[in-house]
Amino acid sequence: MRILLMGNPNVGKSVVFSRLTGVRVISSNYPGTTVGYSEGRMKVVDEVAQVIDVPGTYTLDPTCEAEEVALHMLQMGDVVINVVDATSLERNLFLTLQLLEKDIPVVVALNLWDDTKHCGITIDVERLRTELGGVPVVPTVAVSGQGIKELVEAIACARGGQHPARSRDERWAAVGRITDAVQTITHRHHTWSERLSDATVKPASGAVIALGVLAASLWVIRLIGESLISYVLDPLYQAFWLPLVERLSISLGGQGVLHALLVGRLVDGAVHPVESFGLLTSGVYVPFAMVLPYIVGFYLVLGLLEDIGYLPRLAVLLDSGMHRLGLHGYAIIPTLLGLGCNVPAVMATRILESRRERFIAATLVAVAIPCASLQAVIIGLVGDFGLEYVVLVYATLLCVWLVLGIILHRVTGGFSPELLIEIPRYRLPVVKAVLSKLWGRVRGFLMEALPIFFVSVLAVNLLYAAGAFGVLARTAAPIMTKLLGLPAESVVAIVVGFLRKDVALGLLAPLSLTAQQFVVASVMLAMTFPCVATFAVLVKELGWRDTAKSTATMLASALVVGAILNAVL
Amino acid sequence: MFGWLRHRSADANRADGDTLVSMAPGQSGIVLDVRGGHRAVERLGALGIRPGKRVTKVSAMALGGPVTVEVDRSHVAMGRHMADRVLVQVSGR
Repeated sequence: MRILLMGNPNVGKSVVFSRLTGVRVISSNYPGTTVGYSEGRMKVVDEVAQVIDVPGTYTLDPTCEAEEVALHMLQMGDVVINVVDATSLERNLFLTLQLLEKDIPVVVALNLWDDTKHCGITIDVERLRTELGGVPVVPTVAVSGQGIKELVEAIACARGGQHPARSRDERWAAVGRITDAVQTITHRHHTWSERLSDATVKPASGAVIALGVLAASLWVIRLIGESLISYVLDPLYQAFWLPLVERLSISLGGQGVLHALLVGRLVDGAVHPVESFGLLTSGVYVPFAMVLPYIVGFYLVLGLLEDIGYLPRLAVLLDSGMHRLGLHGYAIIPTLLGLGCNVPAVMATRILESRRERFIAATLVAVAIPCASLQAVIIGLVGDFGLEYVVLVYATLLCVWLVLGIILHRVTGGFSPELLIEIPRYRLPVVKAVLSKLWGRVRGFLMEALPIFFVSVLAVNLLYAAGAFGVLARTAAPIMTKLLGLPAESVVAIVVGFLRKDVALGLLAPLSLTAQQFVVASVMLAMTFPCVATFAVLVKELGWRDTAKSTATMLASALVVGAILNAVL
Repeated sequence: MFGWLRHRSADANRADGDTLVSMAPGQSGIVLDVRGGHRAVERLGALGIRPGKRVTKVSAMALGGPVTVEVDRSHVAMGRHMADRVLVQVSGR
């Protein structure tokens, strides 16, 4: 048996899905995360059934790609669980009636049932069941699990509503009639969350709130990152890991190939966590004690903002500005994701409708949005010289993002559609959901980034031993020294940055650069090739031709900006 | 401060009556017609913006930014051009 979960975007469909199947999926307030789909298994009576989380859809007359996917999937299902937002019955019932016009058994889940009380809405469930032609209707609160058992039991009683096919206007008329019959709304005053909601989409108050949210987010991310480093991870490394490595270093005699690979170079006769660059030194310290803490902080804050429902409001606020870059406000979501990791950011450009928008957004992310690993490099190395240099790097990247966006907007053909989004109500985030999403993302970092990280460190050490870097440095010397004012050896760090940006950290550290040189090197690291994983998704999402264009853009802009910085500083 | 933007588009549509753009924030009205392609009409309709519905304008962003309206107690934001094609019979605050 194949069960389809269908419903409008933002009705908690993905939460119902994870309740039914026990599979953890990312579920957030903004439409678009479930393009593509999730599937899982559940037990119905004695049978194991396949459950598919169909992309959110408003109508079965497709108006976008996701709805085309949904319509296509409908033909493969045996039963539909139609998840309905009980606080927005009228809008949701349009899809319900369309489903009942098809020849497929349906169960209706009246989700967000607890919110109806806050909204002053009463729904006569029995009456709704009769009006819909006798299909089971089950009130649910997916986030708490209420009603899920009853929903599973109701699957066996699913049936078609045998509704006649209607035109769009007839259907809306029927929806209106049913809604009036089953729903009573008691008037009540605006709640604080509605007042706040209004304030976040008004120009002046919205801008103030956005700046406040941004400042608070940065503060919390730094607080979490720095606390984890200085109170947990660095002490753990010093107390337990370092003594082991030091013993290993001594037993290997402090030199030799194996020592170079595992421990790395000794700095002033001692093992250095960053500069030694061995698998067991930098290979452990950099990802776990420098990058991971900021990854945790960033994804926790992002997850909270998603689940509260702030991001669509930010999209509205920034829409007119983003149009100057050929994007609409929704492109802020991939951009924000990029501050964590460029890989999910490039994948998230799928929520944008036109090819042109996806190209511009993905290129801007790859060129001008530093991922958390890269930011750890910037904060760790440039921060030693003072905050003003860190600000300088970020300000430069912001300017690049803006200027490059304006240029791409001018020169890229095609058109960018207008914004049209539903702004979901603010919701209090559920701690368990936020933590499980955080864990999913952190695990993603550990599983995908760490292997590449170790391989990069290994490869760098082998190439170094083979003398390949001397050749590279000599070849690139004119560009590096004349144009960018950097020592020739730093080309190695920038090339290695193609594998992973954080590996480059250990290579730049021993070069004793000046603050100005570090600023140039950081900007170059950020703007030249994205890491290999980002490159792979760029090819997957944009195709080879657009990826080639994107790469040419980043190389050209990186050299121009690097040269300007070198000349100015 | 950006009132001139609103006034200019209001003038352009005066012959047709009001649109979501020419309404002032806080005003409500009944949707008379939604003009545009099939997809836009279908999508706006699905979000509650279709003839006969009562809408209240919440805000309009500066510099030609999106218009946010309340319909069925939920909020919908749309680009300025799209908003200008939703004709409304304004019925006061």
